[in-house]
Amino acid sequence: MGIATEKLNVDRRDGRLVMAHFYVAFIALAVGGLAGLLQVLVRSGKFELPLGIGYYQVLTVHGVVLGLVLTTFFIMGFQIAAVSRTSGTLTNKQRVIGWIGFWLMTAGTIMAAVMILLNEATVLYTFYAPLQAHAIYYLGLTFVVVGSWFDGAAIILAYSKWRKAHPGTPSPLLTFMAVVNTLMWIVATIGVATTVLFQLLPWSLGLVDRVDVLLSRTLFWYFGHPLVYFWLLPAYMCWYAIIPKIIGGKIFSDSLARLSFILFLLFSIPVGFHHQLTEPGIDPAWKFLQVVLTFLVIIPSLMTAFSLFATFESFGRSRGARGLFGWVRELPWGDARFSVPFIGMLSFIPAGAGGIINASHQMNQVVHNTIWVTGHFHLTLATAVILTFFGISYWLVPHLTGRKLTKAMNKLAIIQGVLWAIGMTFMSGAMHAAGLLGAPRRSSFSEYGGAPQAAEWIPYQIAQAVGGSILFLAIILMLYIFINLAFFAPKGEQDFPVGEVADEAEKAPMVFENWKLWLGITVVLILFAYTIPLIDMIENAPIGSKGYKLW
Amino acid sequence: MHMHKFEKIWLIFGVGALLVFLSVLGVSAFYLGNQPPSCLATIDQEKVDTLPPFNEPGLKKVEGKDWDYELIFVAAAFAYTPGEVEVPLGAKVKVIATTKDVIHGFQVAGTNINMMLEPGYISEYVTTFDKAGEYLILCNEYCGMGHHMMTSKIEVVE
Repeated sequence: MGIATEKLNVDRRDGRLVMAHFYVAFIALAVGGLAGLLQVLVRSGKFELPLGIGYYQVLTVHGVVLGLVLTTFFIMGFQIAAVSRTSGTLTNKQRVIGWIGFWLMTAGTIMAAVMILLNEATVLYTFYAPLQAHAIYYLGLTFVVVGSWFDGAAIILAYSKWRKAHPGTPSPLLTFMAVVNTLMWIVATIGVATTVLFQLLPWSLGLVDRVDVLLSRTLFWYFGHPLVYFWLLPAYMCWYAIIPKIIGGKIFSDSLARLSFILFLLFSIPVGFHHQLTEPGIDPAWKFLQVVLTFLVIIPSLMTAFSLFATFESFGRSRGARGLFGWVRELPWGDARFSVPFIGMLSFIPAGAGGIINASHQMNQVVHNTIWVTGHFHLTLATAVILTFFGISYWLVPHLTGRKLTKAMNKLAIIQGVLWAIGMTFMSGAMHAAGLLGAPRRSSFSEYGGAPQAAEWIPYQIAQAVGGSILFLAIILMLYIFINLAFFAPKGEQDFPVGEVADEAEKAPMVFENWKLWLGITVVLILFAYTIPLIDMIENAPIGSKGYKLW
Repeated sequence: MHMHKFEKIWLIFGVGALLVFLSVLGVSAFYLGNQPPSCLATIDQEKVDTLPPFNEPGLKKVEGKDWDYELIFVAAAFAYTPGEVEVPLGAKVKVIATTKDVIHGFQVAGTNINMMLEPGYISEYVTTFDKAGEYLILCNEYCGMGHHMMTSKIEVVE
């Protein structure tokens, strides 16, 4: 891994760029968390929003700031830090590109936020046409995406510089992973950029009258599923390449880690139809093909699970653990940098199983658009991913600000993680259960005209409110820890842990860095899965829809 | 590239399970005909009220088809037409629905009837009502302020 050439600290100038991303991310956490609290309270039926604020306006805030803003800012910040740490300090040009990206994303976020607050964009974060938001909302989201491309360019340029300077040597694992995720993000966002720039913006500006709804949704979901892998892969970066160092063990296999990331690049994108299984206008054979492609990501997921637990077990046994599960006791449970992401890993087991149900061709009808789905992604994104991001923050924020994670903060961090697990068990568990009974997602409190079925859902909605309130307490704790680590923790050196490969593992094959090959296969798979259905869609398109503002 | 023996076993088992699983889905879809609702027919959403079969929403007995009844629904913000309908127990029914304005999510709670209604497209699903009782129909795709007030009802009677 070229450890000898690594710089052990992220340069202060790069650190400032990363921290700028993190400030926005944690402000988003505060705002989005508050919105989430208001939603579960409204849905309990015991609370009404004051000042004429609408439920769906709050829901739009929640989705946009947590699903798009928090994630994109945190991920880009973390990836820049990982590249700077493992491939060397960014050049001035790369850093300027990063700052341009940061400011574009921030400007876009402010534009979208103002439109949401003015109630001009109560269309949720998925903005399905023909509900029509203000053009500035679409423009703001475009800025967020374009800004993320600038951040991505900084990462790719830093990688290319390292690549040229080290011919024949595999790139540092964390850099490699950041590059894979960035490439996937760029290929995926082309879909959403296309629908926004060529369909929704001209339509919301009144330049064209009508919009092709199915085409727009299809382009959105071409982006929408890789979006969830864009959230997940940075968590995998931590699990594969950072957690082994934190526990004092080794990376199980550098090559297999790279292989699994390449498989995610290939199979994350040509799968959007599994979000559109119950939609008219798409031939079910093409839906099935994308269902099959969707399930291929199970292979790298199984590899990841194996690799993580192999690292844990090897470490435990190297410390003299005996018996089938003796190694569990050897893990550093008192270290929040390990235990909080570990809660996230555990949550990914039921989360992954739920995902398999969601994408199953026929079973999808049972749960599609029910609150089961909301329960599902609160296990994936809002537990597995976000607890890992919190776990990263515990050491990365003090590393960048020249401070230390104190024992007291470490303890608080563990309490935060445990509170999160308890709150999410209530909230997500109740969401899954109510969803199976038919309760819809994205809906304000309703008794549905006194329907007996709807009455059965209400106890689950109260359980969601209890869980959501506990989660909100955990968010307050997290914000307190973040502010402490950013501004008040004692000065010192906090390590940026980077895993080392187990002795017996050999050098990674260079073919993993043959980007022409991998991007080529990615493009071929996308063309295979989408070309004919898209042609069908366009050839047989209905007249298109005028815009509606129904809020 | 070296792969640990246990990892090979784990992956062979995992990939094997995956193949079995996908075969089950595939056989169900293509041999038994259990496909998700994927009607390919289009319609002018601005003329829905004047076009058959949507000019007469409700339950209709049909002859000479694989199903006994057709149940027609029209969705518009924020109501379904008809607002209430009775279906005889055990009837094989083709549910046919469309929207006059934005996207709606047509879901009959407690059944597998769950399909997106998109402007310009017709959605269909064939099912048998084999349990008596009252079923709530709701909208499960956000469609505006009154989204959660959009309801209808199917009464399955003997």
